[in-house]
Amino acid sequence: MTAILEVEGLKAFYGVSEALHGIGFTLQQGGITTILGANGAGKTTTLRALVGMIRREGRILFDGRPIENLSTEAIARLGVAHVPDGRGTFTGLSVDENLRIAAYTRSDKAAIRDDLERVFSYFPRLKERVGQQAGTLSGGEQQMLAIARALMLRPRLMLLDEPSFGLAPLIVQEIFRIMRLINQEGKVSVLLVEQNAALALNLATEAYVLETGNVVMSGPAADVKNDEGIRRSYLGY
Amino acid sequence: MEQLLQQIASGLASGAIYACIALALVMIFTATEHLNFAQGEMAMFSTYLCWQLLQWGLGFWTSLAIAAGLSFVIGVLIERIILRPLQGASALSVVVVFIGLLAIFHSMAGAIWSHTIKTFPSPFPNVSFAGSGIIGPHQIGMVVVTIIMLSALFAFFRFTTLGLAMRAAAQNPVSARLVGVNVDWMLALGWGLAAAIGAVAGAMVAPVVYLEPNMMTSILLYGFAGALVGGISSPGGAVFGGFMVGVIENLVAYFGNLTEKMFGVYVIGNGEKLSVALIIVITILTLKPAGLFGRVITKRV
Repeated sequence: MTAILEVEGLKAFYGVSEALHGIGFTLQQGGITTILGANGAGKTTTLRALVGMIRREGRILFDGRPIENLSTEAIARLGVAHVPDGRGTFTGLSVDENLRIAAYTRSDKAAIRDDLERVFSYFPRLKERVGQQAGTLSGGEQQMLAIARALMLRPRLMLLDEPSFGLAPLIVQEIFRIMRLINQEGKVSVLLVEQNAALALNLATEAYVLETGNVVMSGPAADVKNDEGIRRSYLGY
Repeated sequence: MEQLLQQIASGLASGAIYACIALALVMIFTATEHLNFAQGEMAMFSTYLCWQLLQWGLGFWTSLAIAAGLSFVIGVLIERIILRPLQGASALSVVVVFIGLLAIFHSMAGAIWSHTIKTFPSPFPNVSFAGSGIIGPHQIGMVVVTIIMLSALFAFFRFTTLGLAMRAAAQNPVSARLVGVNVDWMLALGWGLAAAIGAVAGAMVAPVVYLEPNMMTSILLYGFAGALVGGISSPGGAVFGGFMVGVIENLVAYFGNLTEKMFGVYVIGNGEKLSVALIIVITILTLKPAGLFGRVITKRV
């Protein structure tokens, strides 16, 4: 197995304050890795730093290629799709436009149509609402739209920032089920940030636990799940 | 009755120009939340460029096309060179820069082409036809040209991927970057388009108001009024607002004249046209800040 994402000594900054203190982790091709930790541990910051939404230092290799100096849009074009916290919906555009904008950089019309069909097969509810203004969707539908939009980039790596946030348990289950499908059928590697550790550890193969900007523990998801000490001290369940 | 129709028709003609300026303002506003106070002066400068090309013997439409192209480039350069470094600066700093641009374009036009009033030719043949008592050929031409341009713009934003990318970048720059849209260039492109719209509006209105460095001052105010009436966040609304302001200002003058004739008292007339525009601005901002069509986007979370 080869790594699709290798991170070494990653530091990130909000203004002058350092929020990540040189973390490192690896994501295997086709794998699902989760980053866990309490509020303020640096989970969202890690994802933002990876795609260059904030100032960062360190080494980030995507498929063997350094991306730490690339702009956010250039990284997206390489096939790294970030589904940000708050879902990043284009509220004033229709569902259809939200999806088509993600194919902006692609010129393969037929493939785009296929991808649309595939996305709708994952999320039939989006198909029903295709002409609707995206701001009027429910929270769960907007989360689905965010994932669908990311898929339209034909990504090889998806970064997901708390997809369960503020959603009803049933919807969350549905979204996680589809994420597993996307990972398996679509061969998309996934880096998942979650508050809900139990949920994330069920889906993921590897897990990293962050505390105040440092990695304090890592290993196969199953091990982390079964380590009561870690669960109690860092994951709170 | 004929006089009333005449007033409405000429209101629509000047409204077309206000609509263009309003749209140019809205395009930049939706992308940056700044009102470009220099929009009018930029349009005036573009009109001088067009005039210069005409002087050099080029045909009207060629001159206009080149002037619009040059204006597009100027707009892009202003965004890239002057406004880019101001990203994240306070609104006040940006306003000061806009006022600086206004002054620069104003005095540059005066310095290059002098402050004397120049005539500007109309590209439309001066023929008479049924109804030409109500609306002149240039006025019809003005409306037709602006409507064609506005429709082309709407089609561009609605049906092309680049147009969609520009709307997305304006609405949610962070998300737009995440799907690979180069937001910085989209902003520059918006500035270029706004400047090109101004060039066309300027060349259409110049035969009516004559060419001089102050030609756009009041038109910019009407454009503001139009944009605010329609909704500063709504391009379609801004265009409608522009036409509406054009008609309203003429009707004010018309009914002013009427009351003066009937009662022999001067209440309101041509002199108060601009005041009416400003009263509209204040009223809208007080009563319905989002404008008639401005969206207050409903969100469910």
